[in-house]
Amino acid sequence: MYVFYDILRTRFIVLYTALLLVSTFALFQIDSDPVKVVMSLLNIVLMVVPLISIVFTTIHFYNSYEFMELMLAQPVNRKVIFLGEYLAVMSSLCIAFLLGCGLPLMLYGSGSSALTLLFCGLVLTMVFVSLAFLAAVLTRDKAKAIGIALLFWFYFSLIYDGFLLWFVYAFSDYPLEKITLGLIALNPVDLARVVMLLQLDISALMGYTGAFYKGFFGTSSGMVLSVAVLLLWVLIPFVWALRIFSKKDL
Amino acid sequence: MISIKQVCKTFGKLNVLNNVNLELAPGKSYALVGPNGAGKTTLIKSILGMVLPSSGEIQFDGVSIRNDWKYREKIGYMPQIGRYPENMSIGQIIDMMKNIRENAPVLDEQLIEDFKLQGMYDKRMHTLSGGTRQKVSAALAFLFNPPVLILDEPTAGLDPVSVEVLKTKILTERKNGKLIIVSSHILSDLDELTTDLVYVFEGRVHFSDTIARLKAETNEPKLGRAVATLIGEKQLMDSLIN
Repeated sequence: MYVFYDILRTRFIVLYTALLLVSTFALFQIDSDPVKVVMSLLNIVLMVVPLISIVFTTIHFYNSYEFMELMLAQPVNRKVIFLGEYLAVMSSLCIAFLLGCGLPLMLYGSGSSALTLLFCGLVLTMVFVSLAFLAAVLTRDKAKAIGIALLFWFYFSLIYDGFLLWFVYAFSDYPLEKITLGLIALNPVDLARVVMLLQLDISALMGYTGAFYKGFFGTSSGMVLSVAVLLLWVLIPFVWALRIFSKKDL
Repeated sequence: MISIKQVCKTFGKLNVLNNVNLELAPGKSYALVGPNGAGKTTLIKSILGMVLPSSGEIQFDGVSIRNDWKYREKIGYMPQIGRYPENMSIGQIIDMMKNIRENAPVLDEQLIEDFKLQGMYDKRMHTLSGGTRQKVSAALAFLFNPPVLILDEPTAGLDPVSVEVLKTKILTERKNGKLIIVSSHILSDLDELTTDLVYVFEGRVHFSDTIARLKAETNEPKLGRAVATLIGEKQLMDSLIN
């Protein structure tokens, strides 16, 4: 039955793919060095992808409210309805991202750093789709839900970084490496950024802390751990949202 | 077949259902009557599992419906306001429903034919008028030949010819021994369609008995007058108590 959800896909997804495609191609035109292009793309991936994922998902959830209402009067499990919605939105956004960013990257070919970038983009898409579902089930009002979703985005993209900087600055007399490491794990965007930057071998720019991170994230166990934490960021909001949804009045 | 036991539902401070007890038996048809906002739709949605009661239990065939969803195979529901995905056509929605309820024994496409919906199969939902949507809702509710039919204000917004078509259909299904629940404000319709009356007011069930008994008690030949008398008596009683 999930196939039917795909009918509901709108022109927006095509637009999103086109936007990513054009910007990636443009960056390749401006700069011939693929590593630099990946660096520029990183900013898009870290800011634009979460924003679009979270806003699109929240709006989509409310637009398919009628559909869910219709389904709920039928012999269908609530969890199946929710899972279907989730998988449909997530996979369409992931495909859009893969086509938009992946296609040019594969064409120009830029090795493992490009792969890491794609991976980070995909995981961030999933994380923010989960967060958007959580925002959407927390309230009945569409405008409120979009507000909460945007708040999530602001928090993870801007506010949290500010807080982290302040924290590191205020306690700069103490050895903070391990604590900041833990704090970074609390923000999926930061985690993706660090994973990515270390792939690009520019961690030397970050001085002693960079070397420390390199020591942690550079090892395979550190990498596995950060991927696991990112996946937790996908799962926890999703499960939470699912639990609220199965108890919700519609 | 459906038993509602001490069901309460609150939305925030608002007490929508207040200790509702009801037994709905197969072969009977119930009229759900009450002023706007009395809790009729909430009661219907609770039976469908769309609204979860704050306390109490609803049983379908003796089994609690909490965390169950299979029982909805046996219910055909026609909502008060049919809301459908706007981008899908009538045909797509009907096909999708057939796909979801694959194991329905016999399909009953009589209403689709009577309402002449085939000719509009590729019309998209957002182009439809309110009445046509109602027709689609009605056709979907009857399509799978379910033993229980729940109709929330079925005749609102339909043209007179379609109202008659729908009424005839409801009467046929009643004769087939189905449990039918109709909520409506048009009492003359209910007089024809139903055998029992459930009067809901401020979240409580105030009266639940056969329409024949009600008429005999109030000495009124018409259901409309009988209900008016019933409400009048109730108010008199309440004012005497207070």
